Amino acid sequence: MTRQQVLDLYFMEARAKLIDIAAFLDRLDRAPGEPDFRLRAFIKAMHELQTEGPNRAEKVLLSLSDHTTEPLAKATVKGATGAYRQ
Amino acid sequence: MRYIEPHGHMVSRTTDDYTAMAMAGCACVCEPAFWAGFDRSSVDGFYDYFCQLTEHEPARAAKFGLPHYTWLCINPKEAEDVKLAEEVIDIIPKFLDKPNVLGIGEIGLNKNSRNELRVFEKHVDLAAKHDQLILIHTPHLEDKLKGTRLIVDALKNDKRIKPERVIIDHVEEHTIKLVLDSGFWAGMTLYPESKCTSARAIDMIDIYGDERLWMNSACDWGVSVPLAVPRTALEMKKRGHSADFIDKMIYQNPLKFLSQTPRFKLP
Repeated sequence: MTRQQVLDLYFMEARAKLIDIAAFLDRLDRAPGEPDFRLRAFIKAMHELQTEGPNRAEKVLLSLSDHTTEPLAKATVKGATGAYRQ
Repeated sequence: MRYIEPHGHMVSRTTDDYTAMAMAGCACVCEPAFWAGFDRSSVDGFYDYFCQLTEHEPARAAKFGLPHYTWLCINPKEAEDVKLAEEVIDIIPKFLDKPNVLGIGEIGLNKNSRNELRVFEKHVDLAAKHDQLILIHTPHLEDKLKGTRLIVDALKNDKRIKPERVIIDHVEEHTIKLVLDSGFWAGMTLYPESKCTSARAIDMIDIYGDERLWMNSACDWGVSVPLAVPRTALEMKKRGHSADFIDKMIYQNPLKFLSQTPRFKLP
């Protein structure tokens, strides 16, 4: 696909997602209370969007990942939060 | 269009889903053992579940003209209780000769704990002893990178395991290269919210090629789309991929991997 074809196929979808992210951040700003670690992780990951190179998706995923190497002593929960708590 | 659904938790789906899949060109469905959404209280619960996967669900699928295959294990979400896991692993050999059993799966890790890793290695040992194919679940979201690395290391440490007989599922952009470079097959799970979208899955095909790679819906009791594979085929067509190439990705590739077990035979 040419860049023009990629834009034709995906621009509107990406535009909608971009506005959704902006609205999500505005919603957070309007809400009372303190945010947990996920907001900081989200904003940090967003910086990867402005980096050079072809692998921004990988960089965003790595930014949100647990990079430790040792197994946990015990699994105390089953679910994941979407961002690693430092 | 024809396609294989290599990963669908059909016991959680409706008869309408079976109808839609059959109408979309599904040639067969493969169902890994899964977490029920709650922890089972005893090995008897698993015995019943394995009967459901090897007897009752194939009969239900057959009513819609769909061959049904399955994989057996205790899911990593229930692996923290090692004693229960050992009891479940002990009953699996009773089911391995059932005609629709493809192998051991979906085993793997969830929160990357020591007990999960221990139970994972016991499943791998079971597969090696019985010469079974292996289907692996990698953890969700922030846990995926670490879990995939632990899984790959554990598999490499067991010299009995042939990478070409193992598929590591739910890869994303940050784990696919590790899996493929290690010689394993990689599965891309098409979810509307987590894992990967159709567009991202096609991107990964464009980047990493069409070998040792399949796509699945992993439809279950959560937010998931049983027709995710044919929808992705449609998107591949929009992006200019040929009918032959699409057929390779959604039919021939899963056929090639699954045909490594003599039990997998399409009519």
